[in-house]
Amino acid sequence: MKEELIVSGRNIPGIDPYLNMWHWQIALYLFLGGLAAGVIFFAAYFVVRGKEKEMPAAVKWASIIAPAALVIGLGALFWDLNHKLYFWKLYTTIRFTSPMSWGAWTLMLITPLSMVWVASYMKEMFPKWDWKLGFLNSFEKWVIKNRIPFAWIMMILSIILGVYTGILLSAFNARPLWNTSILGPLFLVSGFSTGLAATMWISRDEHERKVLSRLDLIFIAVELFLIIHLFMGFMAGTAVKLEAFKLFLGGPFTVSFWVFVVLLGLILPGILEILELSGYRVPRWVPAFLILFGGLMFRFVMVEAGQITRFLY
Amino acid sequence: MAIDTNKCVGCADCVVACQTENNVPHGFSRDWIVENVAGTYPNLNMNFRSERCNHCDNAPCVRCCPTGASHIAEGGIVLVTHDDCIGCSACIESCPYDARYVHPDGYVDKCTFCIQRIDKGQNPACVDVCPTHCLHFGDLDNPNSEVSLALKNRKWYVLAPEAGTKPQLYFLT
Amino acid sequence: MKTRRQFIKISTAGAGVAALGLHSLKVKGLNLLGEENTEEPVSDEDMTATPTYCEVCFWKCAGWTYVDKKGRIRKIIGNKNDPHSNGRMCPRGTGGLGMYNDENRLKTPLIREEDDKGHQYFRKASWDEALNLVAANMNKLRKEHGPECMALFAHGTGGKIMSHLIKAYGSPNITAPSFAQCRGPREVGFFATYGEGVLSPERTDIRDTRCLVLIGSHIGENMHNGQIQEMSEAIDNGATIITVDPRYSTAASHSRYWLAIKPATDIALLLAWMHVIIEEELYDKAYVEKYTYGFGELKAHVKDKTPEWAYGITTIEPDVIRRTAREMAGAAPSVIVHPGRHVVWYGDDTQRSRAIAILNALLGSWGRRGGLYNPEKVHLPSYPHPPYPKPKRSWRDAFPKGKYKLASEVLTSGICDATIPNPEWDCHLRGWIVYGTNLMASLPDQKKTLQAIHSLDFLVVIDTMPMDITGYADVILPECTYLERYDILRDSPHREPYLALRMPAAKPKYETKPGWWIAKQLAHRLGLDDYFKWDNIEEMLEWQLKQKGSSLEEMKRIGVKKFHREYDDLYNLQNLEDCEFNTNTGKIELYSTELEEEGFDPFPDYTHHPEPPEGYYRLNYGRAPMHTFSRTVDNHNLWDLMKENKVWVNPKVADLWNLKNGQEVWLKNQDGIISIFPIKVRITERIRWDSVYMVHGFGQDNKKLTRAYGRGANDTHLISKVMEDPIMGGTGMRGNFVTFLKEAPANNRKEDKA
Repeated sequence: MKEELIVSGRNIPGIDPYLNMWHWQIALYLFLGGLAAGVIFFAAYFVVRGKEKEMPAAVKWASIIAPAALVIGLGALFWDLNHKLYFWKLYTTIRFTSPMSWGAWTLMLITPLSMVWVASYMKEMFPKWDWKLGFLNSFEKWVIKNRIPFAWIMMILSIILGVYTGILLSAFNARPLWNTSILGPLFLVSGFSTGLAATMWISRDEHERKVLSRLDLIFIAVELFLIIHLFMGFMAGTAVKLEAFKLFLGGPFTVSFWVFVVLLGLILPGILEILELSGYRVPRWVPAFLILFGGLMFRFVMVEAGQITRFLY
Repeated sequence: MAIDTNKCVGCADCVVACQTENNVPHGFSRDWIVENVAGTYPNLNMNFRSERCNHCDNAPCVRCCPTGASHIAEGGIVLVTHDDCIGCSACIESCPYDARYVHPDGYVDKCTFCIQRIDKGQNPACVDVCPTHCLHFGDLDNPNSEVSLALKNRKWYVLAPEAGTKPQLYFLT
Repeated sequence: MKTRRQFIKISTAGAGVAALGLHSLKVKGLNLLGEENTEEPVSDEDMTATPTYCEVCFWKCAGWTYVDKKGRIRKIIGNKNDPHSNGRMCPRGTGGLGMYNDENRLKTPLIREEDDKGHQYFRKASWDEALNLVAANMNKLRKEHGPECMALFAHGTGGKIMSHLIKAYGSPNITAPSFAQCRGPREVGFFATYGEGVLSPERTDIRDTRCLVLIGSHIGENMHNGQIQEMSEAIDNGATIITVDPRYSTAASHSRYWLAIKPATDIALLLAWMHVIIEEELYDKAYVEKYTYGFGELKAHVKDKTPEWAYGITTIEPDVIRRTAREMAGAAPSVIVHPGRHVVWYGDDTQRSRAIAILNALLGSWGRRGGLYNPEKVHLPSYPHPPYPKPKRSWRDAFPKGKYKLASEVLTSGICDATIPNPEWDCHLRGWIVYGTNLMASLPDQKKTLQAIHSLDFLVVIDTMPMDITGYADVILPECTYLERYDILRDSPHREPYLALRMPAAKPKYETKPGWWIAKQLAHRLGLDDYFKWDNIEEMLEWQLKQKGSSLEEMKRIGVKKFHREYDDLYNLQNLEDCEFNTNTGKIELYSTELEEEGFDPFPDYTHHPEPPEGYYRLNYGRAPMHTFSRTVDNHNLWDLMKENKVWVNPKVADLWNLKNGQEVWLKNQDGIISIFPIKVRITERIRWDSVYMVHGFGQDNKKLTRAYGRGANDTHLISKVMEDPIMGGTGMRGNFVTFLKEAPANNRKEDKA
C-alpha cells in the first residue's frame, strides 16, 4: 500500500482536496468566446466570399450575438476575478507568454470591432435606423467602404479568439487534462460549430440553412476526430495523462462527457442535420440547441475535470 | 532550499511559524506537510516532506500571469506584487504544486521565502524554527553555501520534475 | 451522598456568530483600496520582545514574545540560550499565541446556581464574590473535617504556587496526572535501581549517543523539543536508532532497526536482550563489578530467556534480537535505552522500567557521555515563610496500610478513591481544586472520576479554557494565559543549571487573573498571609534572584541565565569514579532489595496480558506533534494544523469490515462504552492488524470549544479498564479493546448524565 497525504497545513478552500478555483464563470466565458468567434468568423467569411446577399442571417443578424456574447463573457470573467478593482492592470502590460494577457487584448480589440460590425449593418437590418450624429454616419460609410479588409481582420481575430479559448487551458502544464496542443484547435472547431448552430437557429432562409448545415457537419466530424485524437493522446501518455483519461472512462465525468457532450451534443445533432439535408423535417431549433448545449457542457466538463488532474498526491 | 527527509518528523512547526511570521490568515497556509508511506506491515518506509512554493526556475505561474504581478525577483525568488494582481487565478491553475491560494483580500498569495527576513540576512522563519534542523536555505549559485554543499554531498530529488518547471526545493534522502 | 452535579455546558454566545455573518457579507476583492485587513509582516526591530517560557507543555521552552507597536502579540520565538529550545520553539510553542487569542477562553469567574426547576447553570460573578465563596467553603471544611480533606490537582508551572497554598492550608493531597497516568512507573523503577529518578527533561544524553533505543517512546510525535533536536543531531552523527513499537511511528521510520513487536510483550524482549548481553559477555564488566548489586542472580534469572524464547512471545526474530543487542553493546557506554515518559501501559510498568534501568546498567550508560547524564539544577531558596503545618492524615489512610508505599508522589486515582465515601475509613476527601488539568481527558475510568466528583462538597476549577472538567465545577476561576502573567522561575535540571523567567507580554484579556494572584487572594481569605509575605510576585522573584546573584532586571533582559555546575560531574561515572547510590545497598540494584522488602519480585519477569477478543482491537493511543493532550485542541493556530484525530486501521482489518478511508465509525469498547462522537477511519499499513491507534486529546464534548467540539473521538472515554500497577498505583491504560460501529448508535450519550 502507498499513502501520500497532506497531514498538516493546506486544506485551503478551492485548492484542497482538489483544485476548484475556476467555476461556471470560466466555462461560460470560454463557451461564449467560442460562440462569438464562430459567429464572427462566418460573418466575415461570407463577406469575403462575396455572399453577403445569400447569407443574410450569418452576415447580419447572427453577428448581433457576438458583441452580446463577448460582453456577457467578459462579465463572467470579471465576476470570477478575486481582486476586481485591479482588473485594469491587465491593460498596463502585454505579456506574450500569458494566454490570459493576449486573450484580454484580443477581446479588447474584437469586442468593439464586433460592435462596429453590427453597427455597420444596422441600416440594412432596420431601414429606418439613423445614427443622428453626423460623424457616426461618415464613420459608417468609411466602414462599409472598407468591408472586405475589415472582414479579413475579423476573420483573423476570430481565429485567435477561438484558439485562445482552448490555449487558455492548454497552457497549464500543471493540469495534464488540459495540457495538450489539440485543445486549441478542438476549442476552435467546437466554437465554430456552436457559432454555426446559433446562426442556423436564426436563419429563416432554407438555402442558407443548408449551406450552414453542410459546413456544420464538417465541423462536427472534425471535432469528433479531434476528440478521438485527444483521447488517443491520453491513452498513449504518461501516468498523469492516463489518470486524466480515467476521469472519462469510468470516472466521474464518464456520463457527462460521453452522453451529454458526444452523444447529445455532437452525434445526435449530426444525425438530425443529415436527416434534414436528406429531406426529413426536423424542427430547426433542435440540432442547433443540442450543439449549443453540447458546446457549453463540453467547456463545463473540461474546466471541472481539468482542475482535478494533477501531478502530485 | 533543501529539506532533509531523513530528519523531518512532520511536526508542522514550519507551517505555524510561517503563519505567525507572515500573518497568514487562519485557514490558509503557505507551506504544508506531506506524509509518505510505502510498503506492507512490517516492511515499511516512511518520510515526511515540508513543502512550499518551489520557486521554480521555469515558473509557469510567472509565465501565465497576465499582468506581471507574479515575477521572479532577484535571487530567483518567485513573488506576487499584490497591487498588480487581479486575482484571475491563472497562476493557481498553472502551479503543479498547488502552492498558491487567493488571500481573503483578493490577491494571490504564496511563500516568499520570508523576503523581509532574507533581505536582512536572516533565514526564512520556517528554517529558523525547525526543531530537527531539516531545512537548509541558501544561495545555490554559491558553491560553498550550506545548501549547495548539502546537494553536493547527499542524494536528493525534486517534486514533479516532469512538469518541467525546474523546481528549486530539493528533498534530501 | 451530596447533590449530584449536573454537567453544565457554558452556553455559547451569539455575538461571535453575528460577527461572522457580517464578515461573510463582504464582497471578496471589492474592498476599497487601503481598507484591506492584511498586515504585512512586522520586522523584529519594530517589536518589543519580552522573555517567557512556554506553558503549552511540560517541556517549558524559553523564548521571546514579540509584541508590535499596537500591543498585539505577533509571534513567539525561542531563546537561543535556552537548552530546552535552543532558540527553536516547537509547533505548539510557536502557536502558543493561539491560546492567548482564543475567543473561547474563560472570561469571568463563574458560580454554579440552580433555578426553581432544579436546572443548574453558571452565573457570572465578580472575583471578590467567587474568591469569598471558595474561601468560605475551604474555611468550613477546615473547621468541620480538617484541612486534610482538601485535595489539589495541579498541572504545570502555576500549580506550584497553588501547591504552596494547599500545603500552607494543611493538606498533603497534592497530585497531578503526570505521575499515575504518565511517568510514575519510570521514576519508581529507576529509583529502585539507581536511587534517583529520570527527571524532566529526561537526563538522556541523546546529543552524544551512538545508539538510541526507544521502547514505545515516539519521539517526534511526542514533541519533547530538546529530545527531538538532539535526536536529529544524533541522526546527523550516524547514531543507530532502534525502535521497538507495534506501530510504525515517526521515530521508527527514522530508525535503522524497527522491531515491530507484538503489543504487551516488551519485557520478554528486554529480558532476551539481557540474556544475549550477559551470555555473550558484552556487558561493561568493570562497571557492573564496581557499581552493581545482584549480577549473579540476574545472570541466573535470564539464563533461559533466550532470543528463541522471546521470539515465541514478541514475534521478533532471534537473529534481530541478537543483532540489536550487539549493536547496543558495540556503542556502549554511549547508548541509551530510553526510559520513555508515558509508561503506564499494562500494570507491570514499574517492572518494565526496571528492566530498562537494568539494561542501561549492564551497558554502563548511566553517568556516561552519550548515556544518561547527571543533571543539575539551580537550588532556589523559597521566599521566607513559616513551616507548613503537619498534616494528621493523608489520602493513603483510605487504603490498607502499606499499599502504594512505593508511590513516590500522590496518585490521582488514589485521590479519587479517597474521595468516594467508604464505611471502612473515617473521613473521605470533600473538596477539590483542579488547576490546569482536564481530568475528563486525563484520568482513565471516567465512571470512577465522576463518582468521586459527585461525592464532593465543592469543586473549584482554575483554567484558561472551558475544558470538560469545568462543567462539573461549583466555582470556575479563569486564569490568564502564560503570555499574560508572571510565574515562578523555571529551574528545571539540565546539563548545566539554568533559570528562566516568564513575564507578561500583554495585559490579561477579559477578567482573567494570574494564578499567583488567585493563590495569594485565597491565602488572605484563609488567614494564611504569612505564607505570602510579598505584595506581588515580582517582589518574590526579585528576592529569589538576588539570592542567586541576579536580578529581575537582568532576567527581563536575557530571559535565560546559565549558572555553573557545582561540581564538574556531568558524566559522573565516565572513568569509573567512586559513587555511592541512594539505594539500600549503596549500589545500582540489579536485584532490587527495595521491591523485595515490599513483597514484589526483585527482578522483572514477563507476564502474559490479555489479548483482544475476536472482532476487537487493542486501543493504542499516542501524541501528535502539534497538540498537547486536550489542552491545545481549540487553539486556532494548532487547530489549523490538525483538527481531529482519526482511527488508524490496518488495510486487512479495513477489508474485513469493509471500511473506507475517511468513513466515520463509532468505537465501542469491551465494557460496552461507545465513543460520543464518530471518528474517521484512516487505512494505513502503519498499524498492526490486532490494534487500532488514535491521537489522544480529541473528541471534546463542550460546545463552548467551538473549534474542538465534536471533532474525533476521546480515547480516555474508551479507557474504562485500568491495569493497575501494584507497586506504585500507575493506571495501565493499554488493555482496552474496541470494535467498530458503522451506524450511529442510539442514545450513546446517556451515561454520565445523571
